[in-house]
Amino acid sequence: MNGQPHEVSARTLRDLLSDMEYEDLPVATAHNHDFVRAQDRDKIVLKEGDEVEILTPRQGG
Amino acid sequence: MRAFAPYGTELSSRLLLGTSQYPSPAILLDAIKASGTQVVTVSLRRESGGGRAGHDFWSLIQSANVRVLPNTAGCHTVKEAVTTAHMARELFGTDWIKLEVIGESDTLQPDVFGLVEAARILNADGFKVFPYTTEDLIVAERLLDAGCEVLMPWGAPIGSGRGLNNVYGLRSLRAHFPDVPLVIDAGLGVPSHAGAAIELGYDGILLNTAVAKAGDPVAMARAFALAIEAGVLARDADPMEPRDMAAPSTPVIGKAFG
Repeated sequence: MNGQPHEVSARTLRDLLSDMEYEDLPVATAHNHDFVRAQDRDKIVLKEGDEVEILTPRQGG
Repeated sequence: MRAFAPYGTELSSRLLLGTSQYPSPAILLDAIKASGTQVVTVSLRRESGGGRAGHDFWSLIQSANVRVLPNTAGCHTVKEAVTTAHMARELFGTDWIKLEVIGESDTLQPDVFGLVEAARILNADGFKVFPYTTEDLIVAERLLDAGCEVLMPWGAPIGSGRGLNNVYGLRSLRAHFPDVPLVIDAGLGVPSHAGAAIELGYDGILLNTAVAKAGDPVAMARAFALAIEAGVLARDADPMEPRDMAAPSTPVIGKAFG
């Protein structure tokens, strides 16, 4: 997750966000380099070796 | 004076301001206000503070009551840029995207081939793409063919403060595409650079570092806004043609000792 190895028990991407307490925060997600819409996060079933990105608003130029 | 209306959104301020590198959130907010900008650029990054940093920043920007232009800064491939754009559209609730596909690390020069490809994909998917490009005429043509309605050539490498590195190329771009909104994006250091770009015929200015890294960012934001306003007034006032030889401004007829 976000470039770092994590052992997680979450079954889906939505579960992962919940475990990380991100559910009520503004985040966008990608799974194995593909964008995952908020409404589709429960369709993403996580497997060993999957890459997940969780991004938030930040300063930009 | 032609209105500045990228993708049909008329903006009274021609300054688009970056939100990065300010000494504090309060100074960022004051700089936004002092600049009079209606558009600020934002980004997406991995969360590292338990989710609060992103939330707090987004709340601050929302309190400024300005439109946001998310960027794909740091993306080096078409795939990265397209995925990031989709994430930005959902997160920020806008179909505007400042498209960056970086090709070279020292100059942060765009990979113009990847840029055109990503622009085509995103325009087809309903995005309103603001491409960070060079002043190259053929690339500009390809970006317009790909559906872009705005072009954002660099003045100089991002963060360099050098000003307009290639005035000839920028003037040529303006002349070739007289009806396309053109925004100088990156490389400006002082307000006179912005004034010069507007006098060249450019429609808008996007900058960040020159304001954020100034000793007084709020004052500098105001200075850039005034320089842009002066540039517009000067351009509309039809500046004189430069000449090589002197021409006396005081009448010669009637002078003493003649």
